[in-house]
Amino acid sequence: MNSFPILSSIIILPLFGALISMLVKGNDKDVARNVRDLALWISIVELVLVILLCYQFDFNNNNFQNIEKKVLLSKFDISYFLGVDALSLVFILLTSILFPICIFYTKFSIKFRTKEFMVCFLILEALVMGVFSCLDIVLFYIFFESLLIPMFLIIGIWGGQRRIFASYKFFLYTLAGSVFFLISIIVMASIANTTSIVELDNYYFDIFLQKWLWIGMFLSFAIKVPMWPFHTWLPDAHVEAPTVGSIILAGILLKVGGYAFLRLSLPILPDASAYFANSMIIISIISIIYTSFVAVAQDDIKKMIAYSSVAHMGYVTAGIFSLTAEGIKGAIFQMVSHGIVSSALFLSIGFLYERTKSREIKHYSFLVKSMPTFSFLFIIIVLSSVGLPGTSGFIGELFSVLGVYKYNAFFGFFVATGLILGAIYMLRLVREIIFTIENNKVLVLNDLILSEKILLLFFVIITLLLGIFPNLLISFIDGYTLKLIKNY
Amino acid sequence: MSLPTLVLFLPLIGCVLSALCIFGSQNKKAELLSTVFLFFSSVISIYIYINIDVFQDTYVIYNWISFANINLNISILLDPLTAIMFCVVTIVSAVVHMFSIGYMHEDQNRARFFCYLSLFTFAMLVLVSADNFIQLFLGWEGVGLCSYLLVGYYFHKPSANNAAIKAFLVNRVGDFGYLIAIALIYKYFNSLNFDEVFSNTNSLASLNLIFFGYEISLITCITMFLFMAAIGKSAQIGLHVWLPDAMEGPTPVSALIHAATMVTAGVFLVVRCSPIFEYSQFTLNLITYVGIITSLFAASVALLQDDIKKVIAYSTCSQLGYMFFACGISAYSLAMFHLVTHAFFKALLFLAAGSVIHSVHHEQDFKRMGGLYKKLPVTFIFIIIGSIALIGIPPFAGYFSKDLILEYALSLQTFKGINIYIFGCLGAFLTSVYSTRLIYLTFLNKTKIKSQVYNEIKEPGFVMIFPLFILAIGAILGGYLFYNIVYDNSFWSESIYTKPDINYVEEAHNIEKIFKLFPILLVLSACITVFVSYRYIKNLASLLNNNFKILIKILKNKWYFDDIYGFLFVRKMLQFSRYLWASIDVAIIDSKGPIGIASNIWKVASYCRQAQNGKVFSYAIVMFTGIVIFVSLLFF
Repeated sequence: MNSFPILSSIIILPLFGALISMLVKGNDKDVARNVRDLALWISIVELVLVILLCYQFDFNNNNFQNIEKKVLLSKFDISYFLGVDALSLVFILLTSILFPICIFYTKFSIKFRTKEFMVCFLILEALVMGVFSCLDIVLFYIFFESLLIPMFLIIGIWGGQRRIFASYKFFLYTLAGSVFFLISIIVMASIANTTSIVELDNYYFDIFLQKWLWIGMFLSFAIKVPMWPFHTWLPDAHVEAPTVGSIILAGILLKVGGYAFLRLSLPILPDASAYFANSMIIISIISIIYTSFVAVAQDDIKKMIAYSSVAHMGYVTAGIFSLTAEGIKGAIFQMVSHGIVSSALFLSIGFLYERTKSREIKHYSFLVKSMPTFSFLFIIIVLSSVGLPGTSGFIGELFSVLGVYKYNAFFGFFVATGLILGAIYMLRLVREIIFTIENNKVLVLNDLILSEKILLLFFVIITLLLGIFPNLLISFIDGYTLKLIKNY
Repeated sequence: MSLPTLVLFLPLIGCVLSALCIFGSQNKKAELLSTVFLFFSSVISIYIYINIDVFQDTYVIYNWISFANINLNISILLDPLTAIMFCVVTIVSAVVHMFSIGYMHEDQNRARFFCYLSLFTFAMLVLVSADNFIQLFLGWEGVGLCSYLLVGYYFHKPSANNAAIKAFLVNRVGDFGYLIAIALIYKYFNSLNFDEVFSNTNSLASLNLIFFGYEISLITCITMFLFMAAIGKSAQIGLHVWLPDAMEGPTPVSALIHAATMVTAGVFLVVRCSPIFEYSQFTLNLITYVGIITSLFAASVALLQDDIKKVIAYSTCSQLGYMFFACGISAYSLAMFHLVTHAFFKALLFLAAGSVIHSVHHEQDFKRMGGLYKKLPVTFIFIIIGSIALIGIPPFAGYFSKDLILEYALSLQTFKGINIYIFGCLGAFLTSVYSTRLIYLTFLNKTKIKSQVYNEIKEPGFVMIFPLFILAIGAILGGYLFYNIVYDNSFWSESIYTKPDINYVEEAHNIEKIFKLFPILLVLSACITVFVSYRYIKNLASLLNNNFKILIKILKNKWYFDDIYGFLFVRKMLQFSRYLWASIDVAIIDSKGPIGIASNIWKVASYCRQAQNGKVFSYAIVMFTGIVIFVSLLFF
């Protein structure tokens, strides 16, 4: 089993699928159907491969596993270097679960140029898998930045009315950050004479250099997360992106930033991370409080959810930079939970959008009457987003708060305010669209059809499962966290 | 499956089954199933309560969260405190379920109602059976959620929606305090299990935290934040605003959640954490005075409310104040005693009020009722029983529990104790005034109901009367049935803090007889005065209005709490949010950031472009200037 290059297959398979998709010809309808089926099957095979990967993963071993290495450029030891640990596995699993769901849902939301969409989507999946499994910093950079291209196209071609503006904003924002990341990489490679993440972990840069390297990486990652004040691309991108685009954006692409902090900043630059921890937590607190307030002022559902994403990712960065086991576990848990919950929220909004072509809160009212099943599932998702105990959102928030509190009680106090603020806009949303009767004019909408129900129910079950049995995930990342914080 | 586990899970099963019934809209099955399960659950919990010596143990259900050295289980910490809460919760819940069968009869989707009701019971049981702070929080938020769902049950009414959200958000403010308390406990005790935390309190009692140069004891800090949570849940002054609004929910909900169980969770929290609270005299003083102020404030507002449910709601607020000041003088067992008796007589009052409301077709303003004693004699008797128990006339339950608190407080002979006695008596006086007013205007006054409607009013059926009957037994006999919990400190067997050498009852009996009789005489005279003045003074309303104009205005507006909060936290907050968004996100970050940079690049580029205008003449000038500069550089 060990000889089989399972990680490479996970990366190559979607690329292969994309290549085949391009070759499919015929009339539009058949092409759309065939390509979609093909993509769906490929993503399901991916899921099977990932489950296989999890199955043979040794949780007692905290080193990287399933290592594949091929030297590409011997000067700096730049190599095609793959491997997974518990952290990467969590996100690979999340990715492989979300992609089939999205591809399935494109049936309802993508009405034209399906072939091209699938090509973009499969390439995106390959790149995401690459980001989460590569152990070479140059390779990481390549994957990390290439993610932009398919996402740019997805927003720019299949997006809403202001899609061009949004996709350019998205592209330029993220690209601006990456320049500094690249400089950091070049400096690191030329000093340490290696680009392997494993070796960089053990290489000690002097503290002055660490700070500058750290800042370079920070700009890139903070834009990806996104942290205040680099967050303004997110609302626009989300609003204009098609539903599946939003799901992938919120569910996976935002996690790439958090993942990068955990994978690169913390282990490679431990002193700088400790040095900047205070400022990072302060920025996170601003993210949480500021965006929660801004979310209250939104009239567009998607924009509101987008702002809530920024607030939730604030818990993640706060947890990471508390540099405690609790905080980091909380951060990872929160990322997974947010991946599930925000995906479900965007999916729900997608359901509504398909029915009325409107994202305005004002446009909806009294859905509880016309769409009872939707309302029921949507409320559970909202409660998870609010962080009610028994749902996955609670565990992440709790651990982050405990971690930050352990680091500094004063900061912990402010992080916890998110508990109140988060509830305000989410419950307001529920009241406005589900319960209120506006002007006695009740919108008559069809309730969810079976496949929509199953999709949403799936997310509901996962979030409840993680809330009721959080040990499933906590025990998964226990060893990893302890190893990571040994330096602090 | 052990019996305690059954108590916990029977309501959950009832909830799931009625949830399944929603789909077929099989309301009959849902109401029957959930009620029967609850009755089983209550019978078992009574059995457990009687045989608590045998059952006392921790029943682990499963390991919920474990990391590093923290191991949090979902479990049932079955000690006397939990056992007695089990009894109260399941009994009141069972009768409320039964009452709802009658009360909700006209609702076509009542399966949903029963589902929520059972879910609430489950969450409340999870809360009281917790053996760690996080499971308690699970139950704590669970009951909050169910309260949100049930208050907003009539979702077509905007007022119900707003009340539901208000309840949830105000409670969240308290939960925020709870979360901070958890974090503090975790940081310093490195554990979240009750037994470990309580046993280590002594060693950390002398630790001080420093905030901006002020030293605050760690325990004081923790207990203050815990108490903040209790204030939210138990609707004490400051965070009480949600409780009166929560009356938008169906009346059985008010009886179960907003009288007997959920609102007492705050008291339960303080009692459960009594081993910590004991170490902070400061917090205990705070609790005492918050309790006193709330009991008086709420009673004063209740004087002039015209909504039958709102009067009872403010009365609940006020009675919770009594429980808190009992905690404040470390008489936790007396607080629990009052909690238990209050659960019965207040649930009785609410359900009886529900019976009235049901009979008069959902009219709640008792100024538009009157003369109902002829039509609803049974309900009338029950309301009398409940009210007598509430105002504390012997031998009804409220007398035992409330006067015990007052007498014990006086026997302490401290400033705090005397304050409690005086203001407690004053509170009892007000209680007696508004109770009499409620009864008089609802039942004895000349009827204001249209004769057509009035003639059709009839007593509700067995399913609604029987629950009243059970609760009435509790309201009459509760004082005797549960007397052992205060009489004998050994009953608690270390589940709460009790001063080892003090028998509260004996201490209380040591005060002079006149002080024991005083509260009773006070409330009786109040009753009679109110009754007589309503009966024989013709222009009472205008008389009061002319003489106490300002006071009446303040009371009618509930001391302006709602107006101030509405202004600060609703309107101002929305304005602030819009301001933040428009001025920072859009005006600064976007326009100075990405868009600003992009447009600046455009500007710079357009300046540069002017040089490339394609005219030979201007190129020649540039060339010439360049040459001149370079040549001069060479020479100088």
